[in-house]
Amino acid sequence: MDHLVIIGNGISGVTAARTVRKTSKMKITIISGETDHFFSRTALMYIYMGHMKYEHTKPYEDWFWEKNGINLIKGWVEKIDTDNKYVEMKDGRIINWSKLLLATGSQPNKFGWPGQDLPGVQGFYSLQDLELMEQNTAGIDHAIIVGGGLIGIEVAEMLHSRNIPVTFLVRENNFWDIILPEEEAKMINREIVEHGIDLRLATELKEILPDKNGRVRAVVTDKDEEISCGFVALTVGVHPNISLVKNSKIETGRGVLVNDFLETSVPDVYAAGDCAEIIVPGEARNRIEQLWYTGRMQGESVGKTIAGKRTKYERGIWFNSAKFLDLEYQTYGFVSNIPLESENSFYWEHENGKHALRIVYKKENRAVTGINVFGIRMRHKVCENWIRERRPLEYVLTHLRDANFDPEFFKRHEQAVIDHYNKKNPQNKLQLRRRRLPAGLFSE
Amino acid sequence: MQLIQINETELTLSHQKLGTLKKAGLGLVGLGTLFLLLALTGLATNSPVLFIVLSLGLMTGGAFISFYAQRKEEPPGIKNNQIWQKSFTARGSAAWILGVAVTGFYIVLYWFPDLLEHWIRMVDPVAYVLYNGPADQWFLYGFFYTVAILIMGSRMILVKYRHSNYQKIRTASIMFFQTGFAFLIPFVLKALNQPDFYFTYFWPLKYDYLFPGTVDYLLSHPGGLGVFMVFWGAVMTFLATPVLTWFFGKRWYCSWVCGCGGLANTAGDPFRQLSDKSLTAWKTERRMIYSVLVFIIVTTALLWLNSIYSGSVLGSLSQGFKKTYGFAIGAMFSGVIGVGFYPIMGTRVWCRFGCPMAAYLGILQKFFSRFRITTNGGQCISCGNCSTYCEMGIDVRWYAQRGENIVRASCVGCGVCSAVCPRGVLNLENGPRENRFSILNAFYK
Repeated sequence: MDHLVIIGNGISGVTAARTVRKTSKMKITIISGETDHFFSRTALMYIYMGHMKYEHTKPYEDWFWEKNGINLIKGWVEKIDTDNKYVEMKDGRIINWSKLLLATGSQPNKFGWPGQDLPGVQGFYSLQDLELMEQNTAGIDHAIIVGGGLIGIEVAEMLHSRNIPVTFLVRENNFWDIILPEEEAKMINREIVEHGIDLRLATELKEILPDKNGRVRAVVTDKDEEISCGFVALTVGVHPNISLVKNSKIETGRGVLVNDFLETSVPDVYAAGDCAEIIVPGEARNRIEQLWYTGRMQGESVGKTIAGKRTKYERGIWFNSAKFLDLEYQTYGFVSNIPLESENSFYWEHENGKHALRIVYKKENRAVTGINVFGIRMRHKVCENWIRERRPLEYVLTHLRDANFDPEFFKRHEQAVIDHYNKKNPQNKLQLRRRRLPAGLFSE
Repeated sequence: MQLIQINETELTLSHQKLGTLKKAGLGLVGLGTLFLLLALTGLATNSPVLFIVLSLGLMTGGAFISFYAQRKEEPPGIKNNQIWQKSFTARGSAAWILGVAVTGFYIVLYWFPDLLEHWIRMVDPVAYVLYNGPADQWFLYGFFYTVAILIMGSRMILVKYRHSNYQKIRTASIMFFQTGFAFLIPFVLKALNQPDFYFTYFWPLKYDYLFPGTVDYLLSHPGGLGVFMVFWGAVMTFLATPVLTWFFGKRWYCSWVCGCGGLANTAGDPFRQLSDKSLTAWKTERRMIYSVLVFIIVTTALLWLNSIYSGSVLGSLSQGFKKTYGFAIGAMFSGVIGVGFYPIMGTRVWCRFGCPMAAYLGILQKFFSRFRITTNGGQCISCGNCSTYCEMGIDVRWYAQRGENIVRASCVGCGVCSAVCPRGVLNLENGPRENRFSILNAFYK
């Protein structure tokens, strides 16, 4: 009988295992050195904040694995032998496989700053990082976060929840403006400042200084300002965790190199999730996707392939979401931080600065290609359909009500959005359409 | 370049000030509690009004001071910080002490009301205002219960969910129905020499409203009101309940009207995360709640048979059923366990495992309703906030992470899963029943 061994029990590895189990009886083993059971990495922050305990972050009860015939092994893999098809564990155990899935995730980046390995300085990715952060932040007066991305803002929220004053060093001129257009980025600036976090934009880390015991004492910025602190979080992105794979015959680049079917250079060996680098023929740069959603979709796709139904990984119309402190964000399609030559964008922002909607569309046919939305929940399916069906901006605006996913009694902003459009386009005034009744009962 | 900055020392200072103000407020609540306990010893006998002010007045004032401080301290939004790290909200020793105290209060209330004599006398002035008569233990209970819902309901509206209109309106509704229909109206009716009737409780929750004894009593009451009450009770149980549940799900009752849900969603809010989410708990829940429903249906049927046959056949049997139900379910389960165990088992123990009305509404909701919680496509990150904060112990995430809508008999539609979701994945909706259960949200094709 085939034996699938999966290294890594994160969302990609676990989704692959579940997908295989749906159609196949093959033996499945998941190996993880991090935890006994699958947990939601995105929820780590909430453990620190006290919203949840570790046990609440486990999406399945512990009996689930045995019931579904999925073996779990806790431990670190030391070596992968693809010729003889086995992995060797740190404790010497040998585990044979007929198919191997690498789902080893990421590791936090460090860029060679002086003092980056001092006690009290850390990245934030794993459960072990969380435990370390718990120790590192006990009794401190001030914390520094380096790097304004999605993990950085999470760490800021975590520290803030414990009333630990935070200074947030962000390289960019506005928060996350390597991804977001200026207006949205500035909205997040304000959100951060409003929470009492000391946001230093366009500021980089120069070095980290130790105290007499060798623990972190302060950081020095590129403005030569010294800021004393008891804790430094380095949240300047992550890179594929492939040190294990590098000593094997499996080809690697920045990550484990795979084709569109998530197959590596070695037959019967696959990679999915953060650790996979998808070769894009004809493009200068391969694709590494480090999101929860892509991890899940890759896991599902590779699971089908492993179970015998070779399936190309297609992520479909892009979407992502995040929460910046109290500000919710969703994005659909593609919104460039710097407007593309071929595109225009419509932007509306509520005067209170807490709600915004950007719709990007093609100049030539006004077809909508991307949506950013802040402080309003929108219906995934509807937004996806608009983009897939290449609906023009005006169609999307007049049908905005179809997409609203805010709870009942929440203030609706569709009319304000339309008014904003009409003010700018007095020659082409739009009228908001009634919410379309759900499909099934009434068709259009 | 520092584009935006805030004076840090100033910020820290103002945080400290607010921290002090919040502590002062909580200190006043503590002081008020102390006065309340002192009143039990008889100190309040000669000056009941003074003691009401010193106890409930200080508690209310202190609570509002701490609400003010919390509002100033944090922008609106979900702030469940430290809930699983504090003894009080994470089943620590403080929680056990509170649990034992509340359980003890219920036991005394039901079976040793004499011990509460001094408290009852303390609220006499309130009773005289309302119905010009002395208070009894049930007046005391109703008064405390309403005050708890009003204070903690204000916390929901002014602090915790002030960013959510759904929660604000829903909480206001709970406070309104409790104060008006479960407290003022029954006692005003009493003042008018009418039967003290609760218009917001129906059979099978208020099980005796369709017992032959109650019906006979109401019908024989002079004036038309008694007849109307019987009519109202029957219509609500057999007509309004199915119709409203068809349109809105069981939430129209359980988290907008009912006082049990009202207490759970206000005073009980700090404990909502303690419900058991295991599959075992769900199995237990189904066995128990439908057994209680069967129990009350059988009891009611036996009483009517007995009444029709003038007690000749089933007299002692039906009375036995009635007594057992009243003791085991009406008193022990709904009161002592239902509220006393808040800090240990979460707030909806009664609603989830015992309430026959919830069982009835649940069957309607599952099979005859337009209500569902919609999952927004593939956006779930499996974080678990929804499941953790579901007071009914539904493993919401189980559905959400599969992109599946949530249609569960037990869901009371409190809306907190939607509120705590950091990715906006969940939404309470009433809509066409087609594809109601569907995977990947076929609501809109």
